[in-house]
Amino acid sequence: MDNLLSIVTFIPAVAALILALFLRGDDDAAKRNAKWVALLATAITFLVSLFILSDFDASNTGFQMVEERSWLMGLTYKMGVDGISVLFVMLTTFMMPLTIAASWGVNTRVKEYMIAFLLLETLMLGVFMALDLVLFYLFFEAGLIPMFLIIGIWGGANRIYASFKFFLYTFLGSVLMLVAMVAMYADAGSTDIPTLMNHSFGYESFSILGIQVIGGLQTLLFLAFFASFAVKMPMWPVHTWLPDAHVQAPTAGSVVLAAILLKMGGYGFLRFSLPMFPVGADVLTPMVLWMSAIAIVYTSLVAMVQEDMKKLIAYSSVAHMGFVTMGIFAANQQGVDGAIFQMVSHGFISGALFLCVGVIYDRMHTREIDAYGGLVNRMPAYALIFMFFTMANVGLPGTSGFVGEFLTLVGIFQVNTWVAAVATSGVILSAAYALWLYRRVVFGDLIKESLKSITDMTSREKAIFAPLVAMTLLLGVYPSLVTDIIGPSVADFVTNYETALHDAGRAATTMAQSH
Amino acid sequence: MQADLNTILPEILIAVYAMLALVFAVYTGKDKLAGTITYLTAAVFLVVAAFIGLGGSGAQSAFGGMFQDDAFARFAKVTILLSAAAVLVMGMGFLEKRQMMKFEYPLLVALSVVGMMFMVSAGDLMALYMGLELQSLALYVIAAMRRDSVRSTEAGLKYFVLGALSSGLLLYGSSLVYGYAGTTMFTGIIAAAGEGLAPIGLLFGLVFVIAGLAFKVSAVPFHMWTPDVYEGSPTPVTAFFATAPKVAAMALFARVLHDAFGGVSADWSQVLAVLSVLSMFLGAIAAIGQTNIKRLMAYSSIAHMGYAIIGLAAGTALGVEAMLTYMAIYVTMNIGTFAFILSMERDGQPVTDISALNLYSKAEPGKALALLILMFSLAGVPPMLGFFAKLGVWRAGVDAGLFWLVVASAVASAIGAFYYLRIVYYMYFGDEAEQGLDEVRAPVLWVLLMGSAAIMLVGVINLFGVDGAAAAAAAALVN
Repeated sequence: MDNLLSIVTFIPAVAALILALFLRGDDDAAKRNAKWVALLATAITFLVSLFILSDFDASNTGFQMVEERSWLMGLTYKMGVDGISVLFVMLTTFMMPLTIAASWGVNTRVKEYMIAFLLLETLMLGVFMALDLVLFYLFFEAGLIPMFLIIGIWGGANRIYASFKFFLYTFLGSVLMLVAMVAMYADAGSTDIPTLMNHSFGYESFSILGIQVIGGLQTLLFLAFFASFAVKMPMWPVHTWLPDAHVQAPTAGSVVLAAILLKMGGYGFLRFSLPMFPVGADVLTPMVLWMSAIAIVYTSLVAMVQEDMKKLIAYSSVAHMGFVTMGIFAANQQGVDGAIFQMVSHGFISGALFLCVGVIYDRMHTREIDAYGGLVNRMPAYALIFMFFTMANVGLPGTSGFVGEFLTLVGIFQVNTWVAAVATSGVILSAAYALWLYRRVVFGDLIKESLKSITDMTSREKAIFAPLVAMTLLLGVYPSLVTDIIGPSVADFVTNYETALHDAGRAATTMAQSH
Repeated sequence: MQADLNTILPEILIAVYAMLALVFAVYTGKDKLAGTITYLTAAVFLVVAAFIGLGGSGAQSAFGGMFQDDAFARFAKVTILLSAAAVLVMGMGFLEKRQMMKFEYPLLVALSVVGMMFMVSAGDLMALYMGLELQSLALYVIAAMRRDSVRSTEAGLKYFVLGALSSGLLLYGSSLVYGYAGTTMFTGIIAAAGEGLAPIGLLFGLVFVIAGLAFKVSAVPFHMWTPDVYEGSPTPVTAFFATAPKVAAMALFARVLHDAFGGVSADWSQVLAVLSVLSMFLGAIAAIGQTNIKRLMAYSSIAHMGYAIIGLAAGTALGVEAMLTYMAIYVTMNIGTFAFILSMERDGQPVTDISALNLYSKAEPGKALALLILMFSLAGVPPMLGFFAKLGVWRAGVDAGLFWLVVASAVASAIGAFYYLRIVYYMYFGDEAEQGLDEVRAPVLWVLLMGSAAIMLVGVINLFGVDGAAAAAAAALVN
């Protein structure tokens, strides 16, 4: 199949179109049909996407399964995957059926809800596959629209504020990126991503309004892309939209947001920032590393005082994303491997944690930690699964959370020992907030009157968690599954980065430290 | 002579048609014929548009260079004619319902369209002024079409007084240009201006001409009339103001700057860059506080003119191409949006308050979705076409080294996104308490709304040759 990637990308969109055009009525049958169509479409997408994984040749570090067609205004439609992107594609197709299944309880405007999620899947897949700047931007930015609607229509009490904040924050970040893209086009004469990766952007320092810009054009372009990806990631101090968005979004929205949308930022760093602007990245690496370290410690501390479960997990996400940026900007094999691993594993774990919150929110309609306590007495299965993911979130060896954190820490230790030291303290803090949350919600005596009749998980809910548990365990005990796929591409990525820095007369940060 | 007349045949056709129809209607059915005449006028527009679009080729000039017929003029004319036809047809139901359907209305529109066609073909300052005034006088009258409404007459008068002022500026500039160049012909002016070192008096004249034209495209700081006139005029007239005259004025702008002052582009490029940045920011910020959708669209059009002017400020063929594509997309979006605004009514009365859209998506999911697409497109969010319009002008801007302008416009577009989102917010997130809109059965409006929304999506796959035509048009103008 020459256009496997396009097929995978657009199956959900076609399903959304079918729903929009042919599903009529607002009765229970229509609602059930909408759910089944969405579930079926996402499941088929996942199955078809397995072909991508089986066709994928890990030893080939270039782009594979490339499709190229001419498009309007002299632009090109170009898709392809490499070792860095293929797992994000798989993560997306894997998580979406679970997300849809977790939304079975939605009862208002079901058709629109499913359409929004299906379109969102198409746009997310497109982001990870696009090999043309404009195409990438199109998918990247368009994803805001369904997410804006998902938060705004099906969100919690303060959803309007959260949806506007989400949209405008990310929109401002991305228009700056768009300007940088236009500048890249003007400089390189192409919007083709592989071409741009081989193009060397100017790095001679110049001054603007009397301020010396070290690294010249590359630094400016890096900053513009950084504005977008840092917001998406989200990095401290531009993370403030995330807790609001998470808290107000419906459960499935939170899952998609945490499991996939946040990964776009990390993917963007790997695809654009480091390969295309190595000098700019190198100039700003210390800043990014310290921002990551601060993020890990600061947001962990903030997480500790939260009274809302979702907010707590949202802050924990920010902290975990701190490990990711730290690993990426360590720019060595362990660091980048760890960052990708951490992103994939965080996709499963944070998704599962939001689902855990969803399970009890569906029953009690509150996310206040104080409203719970002693759930283990009535919900043993729930307590077990929540315990498993809490531990995975903390980074218990044997779960995938451990591998990611450990690899990124190993990577950063070779580059900057101080950042590594600060970040490691975050591991302890994450144990503190996660275990404390677990104790307050699950352990203790069941004294709250309202909880006396709470029921344990249904088989549908258990079925949703099963694949997540399996993946978390599997990657925890057999991490080569991931590193074998990404390894060669990452090695290539690191070599290119170091060669580029060397050619530019800048010793790579790694070397500077070891001497 | 024969060849000259052949060149301006489309203009002659519409002018003669308008006058004949006027006389005929006065002596026969008067306002009873209004509907027929509206359709007839729209049909004439379509026929002439097809004639120009399919038949024209090459570049001719008539009357000793006073009138230019080239790919650029043809692109602008087809856009003007098609949008005018769409607006005429779409306003009919609204006007009939409110007993405002006068047979003079379509004919005044036809005359103003003739004026616009002369504007975009002007090769001489006199021809330019003639076309501009023909257009403007017709517009002043239709702005005040609802004679017994204070708002409407106020709008007409405001438009007239400020329009006269801008014409004065333009004429003053023209006289300076004539004084220093010794001719009103663009070919003579460009020779007198030379390459980069124009006499200071000529530049002085140029600045006044730009000021006059900036008024017509409602670029800041010459925009003050826009919100009041948009609000006060009957909605179909507002829809007209927001579309065809804007295209004509932008095209005229490009024509004057490139044909007459192409050699001194460094001098006017900065002026336009300032106009552009002011328009984008004022349009984005002032619209935030608006609750009237017509005023909101007025500020939106000010901001959009700011983006389109980036293309002009670039001073290159790429810039003109981007500007023309921008205008074509802008007009399409505005026709769809105004088709929706025309259908907004409650208890049979038109409403323009955006809070009336409360939870509109529940009552009319299809139309709400179409408006949502248009709003995101106006905000420049991909994958809608509005994004590609912005991408085009930004590409031209960066290409011409106007980096700061492009960054500023990126910031402005993020601010501007807020008020488009607010409309989406009312439609989708609003609360039940408020009374919604009537269910309006208006097939024409429905078709235009849906069509324009569909173009915003389908256009991303294929622009149907608009980009190619715009490139040819720009190549004809800039050389």
